[in-house]
Amino acid sequence: MTDEAHSVGHAAHRSRRLGGIAVQVALLLLIGGLAYGAIVNAAQNLARAHVATGFGFWQNTAGFDISQTLISYSASSSSFGRAFWVGLLNTLLVAAIGIVLATGLGFLVGIARLSHNWLLARIAGGYVELIRNVPLLLQLLFWYNAVLKSLPDVRESIAVPGGGFLNSRGLFLPRPELAPAFTAVIAASLTGIVAAIVLHRLARRRQERTGEESPVLWPTLGLVCGLPLAAYVLAGQPLTFSVPEMGRFNVRGGLEILPEFAALVLALTVYTAAFIAEVVRAGVLSVSSGQSEAAHALGLRSAATLRLVVVPQAMRVIVPPLTSQYLNLIKNSSLAVAIGYPDLVQVFTGTVLNITGQAVEVVAITMAVYLAISLLTSLLMNLYARSTAIVER
Amino acid sequence: MTVVHELSYVRETPAQRLPAPADSAGAFGWLRANLFSSPGNVVLTVICALFIAWAVPPLIRFFLVDAIWSGADGRACAASTAYPEPGACWPFVRAWFSYFVYGFYPAGERWRVDLFLLAFAFGLTWLFWLSAPRRDLAAWYFFVLLPALSFFLLHGAPWIGLAVVPTTLWGGILVTIVVAAIGMVFSLPLGILLALARRSAMPVVRLFAVLFIEFVRGVPLITVLFMASVMLPLFVPEYLAPDKLVRALVGVALFASAYMAEVVRGGLAAVPRGQYEAARALGLTHGRMIWLIVLPQALRVTLPNIVNTFIGLFKDTTLVFVVGIFDFLRTIEAARNDPNWAAPNTGVTGYAFAAVFYFICCYGMSRYARNVEARLARASRR
Repeated sequence: MTDEAHSVGHAAHRSRRLGGIAVQVALLLLIGGLAYGAIVNAAQNLARAHVATGFGFWQNTAGFDISQTLISYSASSSSFGRAFWVGLLNTLLVAAIGIVLATGLGFLVGIARLSHNWLLARIAGGYVELIRNVPLLLQLLFWYNAVLKSLPDVRESIAVPGGGFLNSRGLFLPRPELAPAFTAVIAASLTGIVAAIVLHRLARRRQERTGEESPVLWPTLGLVCGLPLAAYVLAGQPLTFSVPEMGRFNVRGGLEILPEFAALVLALTVYTAAFIAEVVRAGVLSVSSGQSEAAHALGLRSAATLRLVVVPQAMRVIVPPLTSQYLNLIKNSSLAVAIGYPDLVQVFTGTVLNITGQAVEVVAITMAVYLAISLLTSLLMNLYARSTAIVER
Repeated sequence: MTVVHELSYVRETPAQRLPAPADSAGAFGWLRANLFSSPGNVVLTVICALFIAWAVPPLIRFFLVDAIWSGADGRACAASTAYPEPGACWPFVRAWFSYFVYGFYPAGERWRVDLFLLAFAFGLTWLFWLSAPRRDLAAWYFFVLLPALSFFLLHGAPWIGLAVVPTTLWGGILVTIVVAAIGMVFSLPLGILLALARRSAMPVVRLFAVLFIEFVRGVPLITVLFMASVMLPLFVPEYLAPDKLVRALVGVALFASAYMAEVVRGGLAAVPRGQYEAARALGLTHGRMIWLIVLPQALRVTLPNIVNTFIGLFKDTTLVFVVGIFDFLRTIEAARNDPNWAAPNTGVTGYAFAAVFYFICCYGMSRYARNVEARLARASRR
């Protein structure tokens, strides 16, 4: 390259770099200007509407009731901050139960869709297509208004086997009452689980060293189920149930499951399971049939092939989209606001926002919570992906 | 050589073809292979058959046999001697049908809605039918001309004699389609811009794109809608305070573009590096390289994902319900709660009607996406 051409190239390069810097400065100025304008406008509008700013409201007395509280809360003495925690815990409760149930149902349906049984595969496929193509909100309203709210009223409650009642006010089940001695049972089950894990490690190490298999199934069952059972009997059966009683207009005592809660769990489970089923199906299909054929050729039986060859490879494909389905479920639990289940959005963005009028702070806090959950989950996800990535040698 | 002919075991004519064993051919063979291949399979088949026998007849009875087909109001659908257990209440759908489609849009002006729906359907077909002529013109029509025309058509243009219809009167399927259409029209260009920005070499541009995309994708749509409906009016001067529907539209469009950005980014990543290098070597500027070489290939590969995002968007339009806009689902709720029609079966009928509508739209889109995917797979195998 001649000197002249070289300098022309340099000039072009420099002018492109300058152009890039100009674009970035312009973007910064534009966004800064928009943000400044928004803040000035917001300050003016808020001052005109006499709305307080800042997070001082957090300590003020809330003054409204919440229908389901996992921690103690009272309208007259609890603060908005307490209401926030009540709402957040309700969101997490629905999400946790929904995730467990949706995973179970989703794996079942996903495997059923791959079944060689034509009828079963068709039913599973129909379920997935129907549920995925109808909006979640419509399904939620259906479960709540058309199914749960049309149950018989209190006087004609349906008796649930084991001493419970089901009516349009909700599901009333015996509530387990734990005596202090129950801690022994918890300790025993934790010990059993830890011992079972240690046993599995030892058995595997022995197999790797000597090639001999050790029996693990019965000892594991004994440790995980037998130990807590023995502790339960020895501690004098420290578990009783408070059975709900039928009153004239309502059911007293027992464990009350609100219809809003049940509808939300049902809708989220059924909806997310359809997506999880597709994730599972794709994951299993992604393991090429050559893998299981090779495993059979090496002499592994079907169960061992599944456990040692197919599942580990399928899980690597399944887990990332599965996590994003879990995140979707957590975010979708905010639809609670449509049927009045007191989750974070309903309590905070609904009621607290209406009472205080502090839209900016309330919406910002709510969004920050969801954002934190999302970021935390993606962080864990990345760690998992790194730990299971194929090691190239 | 003659020895060979004397060998008696050399066959000189092919054996006659035998029919397949009777138990592996025909309907019986199919049943055996697909339903009764093993004892476990037989058990599964029986369980499934029992499930179908349990679930399907009540549905048919409710929606067809015991259903009420005619009547003027809710009394026709109440339990009577002729119908001790009334099924679906179809007169409910018939009586409220125009409300479900147009909301409170004035009856004399409803032709404008019909025209809009037709123009939208036409644009959608033209743009997404892969062998339609001049799809570049279709893009201009769909993304520029249609939104502008629709605004004047639906909202009104007094200077050509179209009376103004305030958005508070809009409702039903009209609003659902408007929200979905605005989402599509804005999310695709914005999503492309955001995806390009996220892959840009300029750190500030990249930072803003990443912040926006990750922020929006990390929060539920409901909170975005709340933000749009309660915070947006605060951030603009009072005289600019946007209309309720516009606020929801802004929320939906921003939300959809963040998801679209990730889909487009996937498509951009699928364009081989050699394409960029070849474009550079030919002396194309950055803009022309993106517009002529990269985007056409990226959008083509990712078209099925774009349509899947549209399906999600279409289902998500129901959430505008929560910020008080009368979309299709909300009109069903309003009609269901009308005292003249208060009966448990009207609610179920309304929900079933809505479910059929959403299912047809979403299933149609997903079939389309699958077809495109198959077509792309064929093309890449060649």
